[in-house]
Amino acid sequence: MDEFDRRLLSDFQRSFPLVPQPFAELARRLDCCEDEVIEAYGRLKDEGAISRIGAVVRVNAAGASTLAAIAVPQSRLDEVAALVSAYPEVNHNYEREHGLNLWFVVTAPDRARVDAVLADIGIRTGLEVLDLPMRAEYHIDLGFDLP
Amino acid sequence: MTPSRHDLALIAALRNGLPLVSHPYAEIGKACGLDEGQVIARLGTLLESGVLKRFGVVVRHHELGYSANAMSVWEIPEDRIDEIGARLGAVPCVTLCYRRPRRPPVWPYNLFCMIHGKDREAVKSCIQGLIEQFGLAVYPHDVLFSTRRFKQTGGRYGRSADEAAA
Repeated sequence: MDEFDRRLLSDFQRSFPLVPQPFAELARRLDCCEDEVIEAYGRLKDEGAISRIGAVVRVNAAGASTLAAIAVPQSRLDEVAALVSAYPEVNHNYEREHGLNLWFVVTAPDRARVDAVLADIGIRTGLEVLDLPMRAEYHIDLGFDLP
Repeated sequence: MTPSRHDLALIAALRNGLPLVSHPYAEIGKACGLDEGQVIARLGTLLESGVLKRFGVVVRHHELGYSANAMSVWEIPEDRIDEIGARLGAVPCVTLCYRRPRRPPVWPYNLFCMIHGKDREAVKSCIQGLIEQFGLAVYPHDVLFSTRRFKQTGGRYGRSADEAAA
C-alpha cells in the first residue's frame, strides 16, 4: 500500500468533509486533483479495502439491531448460512469456532421487523435462534487504526 | 434526539455509502427528497447529536491484513460489568465492546469484545494481556475465532419512503 492509499484509508474515517465537493476538498489536502481521489476510492472499493464512505449509526439510534447465533449441524452449515445471508436485514454473517457456530447481525427500522426476521429464520431452518441485543456499549468508535 | 422522518430517509439513502461523484451529497439528496445543502446540514446535526457515531471511510479489516478476528466473551457479575467494560473498551486492540443478555444454560456470557489482529497469535496475545491487566482470570471466559465470513455490509438503518409505506 502506498502513502496516498494509506492516507485515503486512514485519514478520513471521521470528519469526512461536509461540503458540496468533498473529494475536491480531500484533493486539496492531499495535493492532487478531485478525479484522482474519486478514482482511487473506486479502486479501493473494488479491491474490497473499503466497504463504503458513509455513516456509522449508533446502535438503536435510528432503528433496531441484534446479534443472533445458531448452533448449526456441520452438514447444514452452507445451506443455513446462505439462507441467513439472503435477508437484506442481515449485514454481518460469520462462522465461528464454537457449538454456536453461526453468528449474524440483524438491523431493521424497528424491533418488530428484527423479531420477524429472527422468527422467520427459526421457522425456515427448524433451529433455535439465540437473540442477544446490545444492553450497553463500552467502546467509542474512532475508526480503525492503520499501522 | 429522535431522528425525524427526513433523517431516517437520509440514513436509508446512505446505506450503500456516498456515490463516487463530484457532488455526492446532491445525489444522496435525490434519493430522499432533500437538496444538497439540506443533506449536508442534516448530517452535521445527526453527528452532533450522536445519532451517527462517525461519518467517513469504513474500512474492511480482513482485506487490510487484519485477517484474524475473535469474539472474546466473559461472564462478569452485574455489579462489575460497567467498570470492566469501560476499561476493556478503551484498549486499542479491542474494536467493539458490548454488554448483552446472558441466555443460560446455552449462553452464560454477558460481556463481548471484538478483537482484530494480523494473525491468531496477535489476537491471543491481546486477550491474554486483557486477562492479566484487568484480573479477569477468575471469570468464565471463551474465545470464538471466526473461520468464514459469509456476508459483511452496512446495517439497514433508517427508513426509506417505501419502507415507511410498507
